[in-house]
Amino acid sequence: MYSKKVMELFRHPHNMGKIENPDGVGKVGNPVCGDVMYIYIKVGKNEKGEEIIEDIKFETFGCAAAIATSSMITDMAKGKTLEEAEKITRDDVANYLGGLPPIKMHCSNLAADGLKAAIADYRKKKPIKPEK
Amino acid sequence: MKKIYMDHAATTPVDKRVFEVMRPFFSDKFGNASSIHAIGQEASDALEKSRKKLASVLNADPAEIIFTSGGTESNNFALKGTAFANRKKGKHIITTKIEHDCVLNSAKWLERQGFDVTYLPVDRYGLVDLNELEKSIRKDTILISVMHANNEIGTIEPIEDIAKIASERNIYFHTDAVQTTGKLKIDVKRLNVDMLSISSHKLFGPKGVGALFVRSGTKIDALLHGGGHERGMRSGTENVAGIVGFAEAVKIADKEREREMPRIAKMRDKLIKEILDNIPDSYLTGHPKKRLPINASFYFKFIEGESLILKLDDKGIEASTGSACSSKSLKPSHVLLATGLKPEDAHGSLRLTLGKDNTTEEIDYVIKSVSEAVEELRKISPFKKSFEKV
Repeated sequence: MYSKKVMELFRHPHNMGKIENPDGVGKVGNPVCGDVMYIYIKVGKNEKGEEIIEDIKFETFGCAAAIATSSMITDMAKGKTLEEAEKITRDDVANYLGGLPPIKMHCSNLAADGLKAAIADYRKKKPIKPEK
Repeated sequence: MKKIYMDHAATTPVDKRVFEVMRPFFSDKFGNASSIHAIGQEASDALEKSRKKLASVLNADPAEIIFTSGGTESNNFALKGTAFANRKKGKHIITTKIEHDCVLNSAKWLERQGFDVTYLPVDRYGLVDLNELEKSIRKDTILISVMHANNEIGTIEPIEDIAKIASERNIYFHTDAVQTTGKLKIDVKRLNVDMLSISSHKLFGPKGVGALFVRSGTKIDALLHGGGHERGMRSGTENVAGIVGFAEAVKIADKEREREMPRIAKMRDKLIKEILDNIPDSYLTGHPKKRLPINASFYFKFIEGESLILKLDDKGIEASTGSACSSKSLKPSHVLLATGLKPEDAHGSLRLTLGKDNTTEEIDYVIKSVSEAVEELRKISPFKKSFEKV
């Protein structure tokens, strides 16, 4: 049913848990549908001065696909600039996992949305600096 | 790793004794029971002996047994066959919200053919309300179909009371006894049912075979038309090996029932008690007393069932869930929702169904493993205390 990679990440998820005082949180999904994902991010800067995902963690209620996609996106996004991270799609996540069963593409593949929501949350909270 | 199979409501292995009686009917005694030569008659004799064997366990007449391909066909046959044979008398059928999909989808199909169907609600334990049943009966009600026991939560329905209500009003009564045959005493005269469905693979018999008991005099149309097998009620060359195995499996289950079921129920009770005691926010589904001796079913808050099944599978335990995430549809179990569970809670369901080969050592290991698996998943879950608004 699931690819090896999905089962591996389901059994041993990376970056599981909460970040205290995160810079952004993305909450997606619906408990009624059986999948809910919280993505926490900490934003830093690289040597070029661009904003990057310095740390990322997740908490997920859901099936093996939901847990594996959550873990996958944390690995894919870590160290990326916000602009790069935002470009990660649901299909990218599924491809990195070696594919997902068709029914799970729709309901459990929420991680890319969760990351986008976390970045949007960060941008919303960030104080707008006056232009020089 | 040792495997512990606790999904006996889904299917069971074929009992070795059953397999032995089936074996000659594949390559040696392979005849067609309709042929008049010796090998055909040998098959025909085996078929009729099996019919008698099954009839004797059920306290039925052999002529009241129609062999089918299993529970789904038997239930389709009972509903559609009775509906069409009696449509001049009426077009109303009563069933429940917690039936197996093969009954519910047959009923929905009948609605599309112009029949009216009432789906009775159940209480929080999954019991049908007899007052509701009486209220729903109309002048044109031709059939009531209520399962003997539910496959997911194990609740045993008051079918003798329902049969009484039905017979007093001259309405046919069918029960789906797929989950109860071999576990409870099935006496069609005492139960007073007009039709009763049985499946072989739930009671340590082979897959692909079952039966419908049809009380003599019941007006029912055939579902499969053809060469007139099973007295014209179910055409198609008989699955002789399967039927021989099925009848033997029913005989063995009936003989061993009084010894095995109390033993299994004791293990089941321990499983229920210790899981509820050891795991916070865990709940029993189904009726605390009126339940199948093999069924222990639960829901755990804050986690999802498919993940739980896969975690348990990693620990060597084979179980099942009513979560939508493990099904082909996107809705959680219609049975759990009918008992009033919230969808998010229904997603966290677990069904453990025991069989004669399970041991008390296995029960201890399962209790420990379920506790661990639930805890591991709760660590990943964002919902530790309660569902927050997303």
